[in-house]
Amino acid sequence: MRYWTTRRRDVLTGYLFIAPQLAGVVLFVLIPVGLAIWYSLNKWNVFTGKQVFVGADHYAALASDPQLPNVLLATVAFSGGVVVLNISLGLLIAVLLNRRFRGATFFRTVFFSPVVVSVVAWTLVWGFLLQDNGGINGLLGAVGVDGPNWLQHGDTAMVSVVVSQVVRSVGVNMVLFLAALQGVPSELYEAARMDGASSRAMFARITLPLISPTVLLTAIITVVGALQSFAQIAVLTGGGPELSTTVLVYYVYQQAFEFNDIGYGSTLALMLLSFVMVLTLLQWQLRRKWVFHEQ
Amino acid sequence: MITARKLLGALALATAATLTAACGASGTGTQGAQATDVKLRMTVWTSNADQLKLLDTIGAAYRADHPEVTSITFESLPFADYNTTLTTQIAGGNAPDLAWMGDLSKDLIASDALVGLTDKLKSTEGWQYDDLVESATKEYSRDGTLYAYPFSNSPFALYVNTDVLAKAGQKIDPKTLTWDQVAAAGAAVHAKTGKAGFVIRDFDYKSWNTLATVWTGFGGAAWSPDGKTCTFNSPEMQRAFTFLHDAAFKTGAMPGPGTKADFFAGDAAFTIAQVSRASLLTGSFKFGLHPLPAGPAGRHTVLGQAGVGVLAASKHQQQATDFLAYLTNPENAAKLAQFFPPPRKSLLTGEKLAQNNKKLSAAQLQEVVVDQLPNAVTLPNHTSPAEIAQKGKTALDALWKADADIPAVLNSVCAAIQPILAK
Repeated sequence: MRYWTTRRRDVLTGYLFIAPQLAGVVLFVLIPVGLAIWYSLNKWNVFTGKQVFVGADHYAALASDPQLPNVLLATVAFSGGVVVLNISLGLLIAVLLNRRFRGATFFRTVFFSPVVVSVVAWTLVWGFLLQDNGGINGLLGAVGVDGPNWLQHGDTAMVSVVVSQVVRSVGVNMVLFLAALQGVPSELYEAARMDGASSRAMFARITLPLISPTVLLTAIITVVGALQSFAQIAVLTGGGPELSTTVLVYYVYQQAFEFNDIGYGSTLALMLLSFVMVLTLLQWQLRRKWVFHEQ
Repeated sequence: MITARKLLGALALATAATLTAACGASGTGTQGAQATDVKLRMTVWTSNADQLKLLDTIGAAYRADHPEVTSITFESLPFADYNTTLTTQIAGGNAPDLAWMGDLSKDLIASDALVGLTDKLKSTEGWQYDDLVESATKEYSRDGTLYAYPFSNSPFALYVNTDVLAKAGQKIDPKTLTWDQVAAAGAAVHAKTGKAGFVIRDFDYKSWNTLATVWTGFGGAAWSPDGKTCTFNSPEMQRAFTFLHDAAFKTGAMPGPGTKADFFAGDAAFTIAQVSRASLLTGSFKFGLHPLPAGPAGRHTVLGQAGVGVLAASKHQQQATDFLAYLTNPENAAKLAQFFPPPRKSLLTGEKLAQNNKKLSAAQLQEVVVDQLPNAVTLPNHTSPAEIAQKGKTALDALWKADADIPAVLNSVCAAIQPILAK
């Protein structure tokens, strides 16, 4: 009997096709995660390279870290703000720009262009705009409004980082929603219009269900993206004032690379990873309830 | 069969010989003087072309007499990420052989991550170890051993924009100048011209350790001399921080949080900055340079330092230490002095320092560098500097509000950093 049957050959071909991607996942995902788990169980003196096994000590430290509740609160505030604004504004802009009018292409370009700007350069410019004697307060002053010191107070600092992040990244969601909107069959709207449906009803009964797979996609990538936003915080506020904008990913960086506590930093990174996984799985499971599938 | 065996034997012999030759020839992992093909790497945070050129020149001169050292690379890392990058390199097994260091030195010394230099420097002919100023070597020493050569010792000084002062009708007497007088003149300048009064450069309401340039004059200190007890909440520190808070929120003598003002662009009447920052002066205004003003505790001098040491993780400790001794010998120290105030008594005269300084006169350098060095204290330095800096900043943020409860905030700073100091 021949060893290389057609089936075996097909299986091998399949494995060869996924091999590059699989190698990438193993090298850049599985091995780093495995190392992070190992590091979280050790105390590592980075200056001498000595590692001491400490078991679950770093996990126990999570419970007694006095800064962690504030960090988690800031993470929820930042991610929640970014996700809600990014998806709702992305959808709103897409609906507005989905209409035919002169200059629509120009506006699409305007809203998308910040996406291709370097995040550090973008944030530095916002830093100048938001300082006490900066451009935004200058504009407010011109209309008689005394603007706050945006980056020096907890609430306004959080609003500032959320807004700068949303303005930069809303273009991605807008493009995805635009593509989805253009895939909605126009005859459905015509039929609804003939039945006397209002614009609001058409949006709720036709548009939203048909673009719901895209809403799911944007929700997942926006949640993951928000939880991983680092440069905006690092450049704009450095996590301050006090701990008001210290989100979890920035806290991981501080512990691991600024304070040289790789073990605790790895523990926090694994906590962040578990949050991302749980939220993604949750959204994936909930899709059955609200995502529309034609079949 | 015999042929095959012979072939295998020859292969094994050839492999063994190649490996032996490779081990003998490669500089990697060797320590002895017989090592060849040694490649040295030194991390620096300067990106100044002239400074890098000087280092390359010294490196080339060293290699001319040491053929076993085939290259000396000066790797320029961005200052803002310098400590993080260096520690990541060390942790990743890619440590440089030599490194510049600032506030990371305490951690490196405490972890035995640096090679002791005293014996080598003392035994190097013509190096003149006794020429070093004691106040300069203190931060880089432990138990009588020097772990890094303090190549840069730049005192903080008061820069004055005399044009702006004159425009606001203000006069100062540098001989008897106090912090209160600086604040009063600064407030008047701000009120009359709209420009800033005094700016503590690089503070920006984040890097609080630079405030030592002020609180030292008030008799304050961040922690006790043994580094174990926080003294942020002492009466002296309360007085110093009340002075700063008033300047920022009552008199307007100092720009408030989130307000940018660059003295060297002509935006302020005074700035407190290191002498080495004189290179930023463009000649667009007349300036004066004076020692720091007196506080309630009298006159004081604060020093910003940088050292260079050999990392214990270096694969070429011996060659790296030998190169460090060459880099810092009296002849090369004199060359480095054109950029960095040296730690050698023999080079510390205003005239010698002025020979290569285009911005400052011999008299200015004598007054603000040479005369200040013997009694200078350094900026606060401790093990775990980043963690102390960050936790201190987080607590201190509450101070930079108009209605701040200063004693309560300073107590909270101590609550935040005391556990780290006590480690």
